[in-house]
Amino acid sequence: MQPLARAAKCWKLVPAIFGDCVSLLRLQHEREGMPKVSMTVNGQAVSADVDGRTLLVDFIREQLALTGTHVGCDTSQCGACVVHVDGEAAKSCTLLAAQADGCDVTTIEGLSEGEALHPMQAAFRDNHGLQCGFCTPGMIMSAVDLAKRNPDPSEAEIRKGLEGNICRCTGYHNIVKAVAQGAAGMRS
Amino acid sequence: MNDSVAATGIGARVLRREDFRFIKGQGKYVDDIVLARQTYAAIVRSPYAHATINGIDTSEAAGMPGVVRVLTAKDFEAFGGIPCGWQVHSQNGSPMAEPKHPILAEGKVRHVGDPVAVVIANSRAEARDAADAVLVDYSELPAVVDMRKATDNPPALVHDEAPNNLCFDWALGDKAQIEEAMAGAAHVTTLEFTNNRLSPNAMEPRCAIGDYDTSTSDHTLYTTSQNPHVIRLLMGAFVLSIPEHKLRVYAPDVGGGFGSKIYHYAEEAIVTVASKLIGRPVKWTSDRTEAFMSDAHGRDHVTVAKLAMDKDGKFLALSAETMANMGAYLSTFAPCVPTYLHATLLAGQYKTPLIYANVKAVFTNTVPVDAYRGAGRPEATYLLERIIDKAAREIGLDQAEIRRRNFIQPDEFPYQTPVALTYDTGNYEATLSAALSASGYAGFAARKAEAKARGKLRGIGLSCYIEACGIAPSAVVGSLGARAGLYEAATIRVNPTGSISVLTGSHSHGQGHETTFAQVVADKLGQPYDNIDIVHGDTARIPFGMGTYGSRSIAVGGEAIVKAVDKVIAKGKKIAAHLMEASADDVVFEGGQFKVAGTDKEVDFGTVALTAYVPHNFPFEELEPGLEETAFYDPANFTYPAGSYVCEVEVDPETGVVEICSLHASDDFGNVINPMIVEGQVHGGLVQGIGQALLEQAVYDDNGQLLTASYNDYAMPRADDVPNFTVDHQITACTHNSLGVKGCGEAGAIGSPPAVINAIVDALSELGVDHIEMPATPRKVWRAIQTAKR
Repeated sequence: MQPLARAAKCWKLVPAIFGDCVSLLRLQHEREGMPKVSMTVNGQAVSADVDGRTLLVDFIREQLALTGTHVGCDTSQCGACVVHVDGEAAKSCTLLAAQADGCDVTTIEGLSEGEALHPMQAAFRDNHGLQCGFCTPGMIMSAVDLAKRNPDPSEAEIRKGLEGNICRCTGYHNIVKAVAQGAAGMRS
Repeated sequence: MNDSVAATGIGARVLRREDFRFIKGQGKYVDDIVLARQTYAAIVRSPYAHATINGIDTSEAAGMPGVVRVLTAKDFEAFGGIPCGWQVHSQNGSPMAEPKHPILAEGKVRHVGDPVAVVIANSRAEARDAADAVLVDYSELPAVVDMRKATDNPPALVHDEAPNNLCFDWALGDKAQIEEAMAGAAHVTTLEFTNNRLSPNAMEPRCAIGDYDTSTSDHTLYTTSQNPHVIRLLMGAFVLSIPEHKLRVYAPDVGGGFGSKIYHYAEEAIVTVASKLIGRPVKWTSDRTEAFMSDAHGRDHVTVAKLAMDKDGKFLALSAETMANMGAYLSTFAPCVPTYLHATLLAGQYKTPLIYANVKAVFTNTVPVDAYRGAGRPEATYLLERIIDKAAREIGLDQAEIRRRNFIQPDEFPYQTPVALTYDTGNYEATLSAALSASGYAGFAARKAEAKARGKLRGIGLSCYIEACGIAPSAVVGSLGARAGLYEAATIRVNPTGSISVLTGSHSHGQGHETTFAQVVADKLGQPYDNIDIVHGDTARIPFGMGTYGSRSIAVGGEAIVKAVDKVIAKGKKIAAHLMEASADDVVFEGGQFKVAGTDKEVDFGTVALTAYVPHNFPFEELEPGLEETAFYDPANFTYPAGSYVCEVEVDPETGVVEICSLHASDDFGNVINPMIVEGQVHGGLVQGIGQALLEQAVYDDNGQLLTASYNDYAMPRADDVPNFTVDHQITACTHNSLGVKGCGEAGAIGSPPAVINAIVDALSELGVDHIEMPATPRKVWRAIQTAKR
């Protein structure tokens, strides 16, 4: 099963697992103080002492000031927070920062450098695949992951593959076109 | 016009310039802003729909780590309530009941999510921890939830000032005349239905930061708003008594609105007051569950409609009796949605001579209900297009034919409807024909038969909508109860070297104004598109503007820009005339050049701009230096976009699952500035409409608990729920603005719900089903099939 689909299917477990993690980390926090997390984000080594319950998305947004990764819900449903962890798409609101300790994380800011655009970024613009832009970083990160796993996805596969990302503006029509073009760009 | 201007001017599919920052993760939304010494607010909200507050104990919370301050209603005693921007009068002439909407609940909570206390702390987590420790002693009261049971012997009163929970009882038209027409009609079709309650769900949750400068006593409010000046006016003048020159409201990148970010919300006042109290910036960011229980919801009408026809299916009279849910308090535009944005649209595209509408607006213990994409017009279109569909089935007329027999004809414009509006222009046959042709309406029977062979029930549904956009003129809306004007403002600031800054009162939160408005100016001034910058969203930088909602940006905001451009050209001609030693009357402006007509004399726009700012050779006796003009544009009328949508569905009779096979939208938005952006607006609206028709509903239980307060429970349309769409544009230019534009933001959400439901009813009609309520979930469809079988 694809990671995103798996995540979508497992959402019911999230509160339970998450609750357990939080209480465990709270205990750890009380015993040992703030845990230190270290990871590579967009190619740079970062390290910080964080409250044990800090979510990866909050670590990225608040500690690292990388605000391209967004929070659109509290239940790992909307996908605005998708980043790549060790090369696979993950909802960064579903992971504690501590769980990403030692990982290689890529956010939307790390997808391309300077003025250059990743083929998927360019495809979203070329096809008017975004309007307000809020879901866009997560949508692009998911789409890149989808195209890596399935380099030539059909329309149905794209739609299925984006099930874990909600967009309220575009009606998905142009996003689907964009992902097809972006995937083609990544193949060439 | 040179080629580069043609490629970026009016009508060109220009890719959006705003995209670069969004696709690179460099958008600047309110929650991305971090101010020095910023604190975080967490709001303690009512867990009950209706309860008395006996006391609030904040002592434990106040002593918790990182807590800076805990606020309750007492801290807001000096301030006013949150105002309503529209006053409707009942049939008997009395003004609507308008109970106070306090910033924090005073003595009583009236809906789940009603804010009760605020904790401000050094971090988000500390604020939340302490908010959990605020003890509120409630005595729960019976809740008013179901509108239909709210007015007669209600279980409780939401407000003591509103007997029988009635906000107003409003009517339009002559009831006696309608009853007479109904009595004499060959056929009367009746339809009772609910227009389901929706949660707007812009993907960016609301956020607000209050920042008070103790040295200047200036307030800055960063907020997720569609209309920063409206917030400055409402909050500054009516709630907190902050003079407008001491209050800056800034709405930077905003992640979608759909109406929900028009309104002034309590949290904006909370962070503004709190920042002054503690002398530090205060940020509040909604989480999604908070959004479900504090953002204004949409729709929520219960209606009984009757349509009288003669023997040929010509409409004689329409009556609509509607109960409209206001929720627990009156949100900014709530009273006008079921009245002046709904009942006045009930003529639709048709020549119904008599129309009567009665609207009873009701208070309930639920979140306030206000405008959501379409606002009243989707409800009107759904009413009309559903009852026409039912009527056609009852009298055995084709769905297209019954509409054609009643269309207002192209040569009948301007057309005065019986419900106050005057349509300026339109061609309803053009959009219907285009939609029928593109959707293969004539070949439907073969597809239905083919589906049947596979065990599926296939149906086709039509919807012919009209909407009224760019609510105006101010004098008219004022006479109908609006407490604000509804114009728009723009400033064209030509810089000394010829680049242009356009300051607009419209606000872009996904619409792409930075691109389309620049296209308009590039076209009108014959200047390179890249030399034109659009500034919006900041009351410190733009003229007083009314913002973006009701599909008004291009029709009102765009026209204000054109008016300001016209003033720039007029002044430029005088400067050019001086430079060319000609009479200004002889100067024409073409393709970015000022020319003396009939000669080869010309000066370019850049030279005129430079001359205006370096006025060494300048007609001082006639003109001031500089080249900057402002225009306020107050339209003469609404604009009237219209169109026809055709939807085809397949129903699995075993499971009740509905699949949308195709949806074609043929729209008349008048002239189109950027077809790519307009198509995108239609796609997005279609999916919100499909969401309403098939998936979405905000549900309260009998105790007023909100059961749909997360994306686990509220079904948002996802990519695999919807198909690709086909769209086309038929054009009749608006007659009262120079761009000939009508607006396109809401059409998709207005036209699609009845098209989808009509298609489902068509699929099930062979079983005897003649109506199905939205959202048509598999369970509901399956039940309708089972009931019909019995």
